[in-house]
Amino acid sequence: MSIVESELETLVGVNESNELEVLNNNALENEAIYILREVAAQFEKPVLLFSGGKDSITLVRLAQKAFFPAKIPFPLMHIDTGHNFPETIAFRDKLVKELGVELIVRNVQDSIDQGKVVEETGKYSSRNMLQTTTLLDAIEEFKFDACIGGARRDEEKARAKERIFSVRDDFGQWDEKNQRPELFDMLNGQIELGQNVRVFPISNWTELDVWSYIQKEEIEIPSIYFAHKRKIFLRDGFIWSAEDDVVFRAEDEKVEERMVRFRTVGDMSCTSAVLSHADTIEKVVGEIRESKISERGARIDDKRSEAAMEKRKQQGYF
Amino acid sequence: MEVLKIATAGSVDDGKSTLIGRLLYDTKSLTDDKLEAIEKTSKQKGYDYLDFSLATDGLVAEREQGITIDVAHIYFSTPNKSYIIADTPGHVEYTRNMVTGASTSQAAIILIDARKGVIEQTNRHFFINNLLRIKDVIVAINKMDLVDYSEERYNGIKADFEQLMSKRDYQDQKITFIPVSALKGDNVVNRSEKMAWYKGQTLLEHFEKLDRKDIYNIGTPRFPVQYVIRPKTAEFHDFRGFAGKVYGGELSVGDEVVVLPSMTRSRIKDIYFYNKKYKTATRRTSVTITLEDEINVSRGDMLVKAGDLPTIDKQFTATVSWMDSQKLTVGSKYVVQHGVNKVLAKVENIHHKIHPDYSGIDTSITALGMNDIAQVTFRLNKPIFYDSFKNHRTNGSFILIDNQSNTTAGVGFIN
Repeated sequence: MSIVESELETLVGVNESNELEVLNNNALENEAIYILREVAAQFEKPVLLFSGGKDSITLVRLAQKAFFPAKIPFPLMHIDTGHNFPETIAFRDKLVKELGVELIVRNVQDSIDQGKVVEETGKYSSRNMLQTTTLLDAIEEFKFDACIGGARRDEEKARAKERIFSVRDDFGQWDEKNQRPELFDMLNGQIELGQNVRVFPISNWTELDVWSYIQKEEIEIPSIYFAHKRKIFLRDGFIWSAEDDVVFRAEDEKVEERMVRFRTVGDMSCTSAVLSHADTIEKVVGEIRESKISERGARIDDKRSEAAMEKRKQQGYF
Repeated sequence: MEVLKIATAGSVDDGKSTLIGRLLYDTKSLTDDKLEAIEKTSKQKGYDYLDFSLATDGLVAEREQGITIDVAHIYFSTPNKSYIIADTPGHVEYTRNMVTGASTSQAAIILIDARKGVIEQTNRHFFINNLLRIKDVIVAINKMDLVDYSEERYNGIKADFEQLMSKRDYQDQKITFIPVSALKGDNVVNRSEKMAWYKGQTLLEHFEKLDRKDIYNIGTPRFPVQYVIRPKTAEFHDFRGFAGKVYGGELSVGDEVVVLPSMTRSRIKDIYFYNKKYKTATRRTSVTITLEDEINVSRGDMLVKAGDLPTIDKQFTATVSWMDSQKLTVGSKYVVQHGVNKVLAKVENIHHKIHPDYSGIDTSITALGMNDIAQVTFRLNKPIFYDSFKNHRTNGSFILIDNQSNTTAGVGFIN
């Protein structure tokens, strides 16, 4: 049975004397729903960029809420680096089937095969940067005018300045000095042919907000977010997965088995794990609340230089 | 959890970023890796203290110049509330950023350097927060450590600021003075031992105690229709839901409503939030409403309670804050985006420019440049349904879009 159908069932016999006091509980949810509806109304060909991570899974739930009882009125697109955790891909396929929405997959491997990008080599090699080319090609191929993403302003300093509707030129570039002011609730999605808008409905959510929402809404997420036994190795104080040959490992880097979980689910080659025994959503929320390391602190792609994210964004990265 | 958004404004060097960094540090919101980065960079620069401004100054260009150039959003929370700080720069040329930050905030902090006192910039910050009708404003007199924590100095600055307050248009704005040292941590989160003479709350204590009634004006309900939901499935064959956000008040099942602009009357049949029905939708909830009668309603239309109509007109005068390098001139045309409704507008008249430092008005102008604020009359190609900004922050405001560049060129507050 699809998710939509099962929700129709819960609709039968609801308590009509309920007072809707959602604002008091979750202003962020109401804001995100408003933004998603603006996207559907203002753009001709929007798409939701889906990575299989908790932020994009949260976006999908918000989109369900925004358009109920209709289906989500735009497709999902995954830019697959080929280095995803297998758990994420399995989860993605299951979710799409349940939702009954279209899933578009475009592969970084194809961009490599076409000679458009060159695979990095060495100790810190990653396909994270290469995604940009594949993404921009896909935007052009499908003529998408709005790409909805799960980026949040609390993730990183350059993201803290990004707008909710962030205009990109036809090279996919972000001009951080020439951003449109966003006033009150009004979102200006007027663009020229060839431009597109990156839309960030959960801009104002923090990592803890997302986790609390997943807990409250009982949203299913991939198993790697919970503590599990994994073969890992240590480098520069980071914990890397050693279960596959995606992450470069030098011979002297010793493999051991530990209880770990992932706080973000990016490309395997740039996503490190944290030691954890949090195997339920309650324990994960508790752990985030106490956490002393920021979420992107576990992302080696941001560590390359202090201005790493800003430079990637100017080149069209999400 | 309750979310409070606070706009900050200050001049270059009066320690705004340091104040925010201090708030984050003392509420234990800085994670180890961020703290480590701050320590590392502070040491590299040869400082003998922690430069908390490094926690917020985001863009490379800013770090190079050592100033903040755009609106940045900073997040922290206490067990009681979630806070979003819209950090806006304080230079003269960035009035537009201050207006932007203030437009989505419920409270504001105006920073004053205790050594300098009230300066022209202070007037501007206050003017804008008052223009935007922010209900709760804190005047933080910073760098008290550099004036020997002098009560006399604090009282002098307070008296100067009170002179300004008499000139303000929005008199109900609540203003609270707090002497702080962001660098040393006095009266930001923790009480100051050095200023025993100050008996009031710390900055954080003040925000923690703010209630919804302290920051929101309750007005009349307005429901601009964003999107029409027609599932066309077997189960919901005849479903026509009007999706939107409720502004200003509440709407309940059974309420008699008027649909604008058609002026058709109906009653609210159901209020949905996702897959559940509710009796009442409170303000700022994103709901889907169905009506008793089959009426043609589309995006940009508005549902209001019968007997509580807004002004319906093809002309209005507003205070405009101009944000574009292309000048606004009499006769030029723009798209007016009023909520989710768009109409074409022509500039009929520019009455006078308002100096945002309370130094008066200028009636001789014929065009508006970036950061100018002026009274402007517009004529529209079709009527919109508006309230005055004074009575309705949402339904009394609009943005101006340049049809050539598509940029948001200005914002207006309807008289």
